Amino acid sequence: MSNFMKVEFAAKSENESFARTTVAAFIAQLDPTVEELTEIKTVVSEAVTNAIIHGYEENEEGTVLIECELKDHNISLTIRDFGNGIEDVDEAIQPMYTSKPELERSGMGFTIMENFMDHFEIESIPNHGTTVTLRKKFLNNQSAYN
Amino acid sequence: MALSLTYDFEQKQDVLLVRLTGELDHHEAEQLKNDWQSFLQNGMTKHVVVNLENLYFMDSSGLGVFLGRYKEVKEIGGEMVICSINYDVQRLFELSGLFKIIDTAENEAVALARLGVAL
Repeated sequence: MSNFMKVEFAAKSENESFARTTVAAFIAQLDPTVEELTEIKTVVSEAVTNAIIHGYEENEEGTVLIECELKDHNISLTIRDFGNGIEDVDEAIQPMYTSKPELERSGMGFTIMENFMDHFEIESIPNHGTTVTLRKKFLNNQSAYN
Repeated sequence: MALSLTYDFEQKQDVLLVRLTGELDHHEAEQLKNDWQSFLQNGMTKHVVVNLENLYFMDSSGLGVFLGRYKEVKEIGGEMVICSINYDVQRLFELSGLFKIIDTAENEAVALARLGVAL
C-alpha cells in the first residue's frame, strides 16, 4: 500500500489547525491509534508554527508546503518553508532553546518532534528556508492491510 | 476552523479559575494570554487554577502560555495549580519538565481546596 499527498498554504496562524487536521485526515487510512494520531497532529503543529514564527516572522505572504507519503505502515512527512532559514541548527534543536523568548515560546518544538517520531531531520539554508523531515512506523493494526 | 479554543474565567475568592475547551496552539495562544493577563491584574487574584478537562489538543505554544502565567503568579506571591490533565497533554508536560515546576491536581475541587477555597 502506498499513497501520497501535497498541500501548500499561506503562512497564517489560522492554518496551523488546518494543517494538522488535514494530515490527520490523510493518515486515517492507516488506521492509527488515537495516540499515534495525536503525535502526528502535534508534530505538524510544531513544524508549521516554526515556519510561521521563525521562517517568515509572521509575514503572511510566505507559504508552507507539506508532503506526506504513506508506504505500508510507514509515514514520511516533510514540512517546508521558503523563509529565513536557521543559522545554527544544533543550537535551535536544544531543549528549551528559543530565539524568541519575548513571544513566550517554550523552546520545546524540536524536542517534541524528536520524541514523537522515529526519525527527525532538519535541512536549513539561511535566507532560503527550512525543511523538516519526519518519519514514523505505525506499530498497531499490523494486520489491517496484509 | 471547527474546533478552536474557548475559555472562561471565574473568580473564587482570591483564586482565578480558568477553564479551557478545545485546541490550544500558537494561533489561539496570544488572545488567551492577553485575556488571562487582564484577569491577573484585576487586584483580586493571588492564585490560579487551570482546568484542562476539555482541552483536546495542545502543542508547545500551550506550554509557553502556562509557563508565562506561572511566572506572573509567582511574582504576586501566589500559586498555580493545573488540574484534570488528559493523557496527551500530560505527555507534553512530562517531556518539557513542566511537572517539576507547576503543581497539578486530579480535579478542580482538589485544586481549589489546596489553595484554600471553601467549597
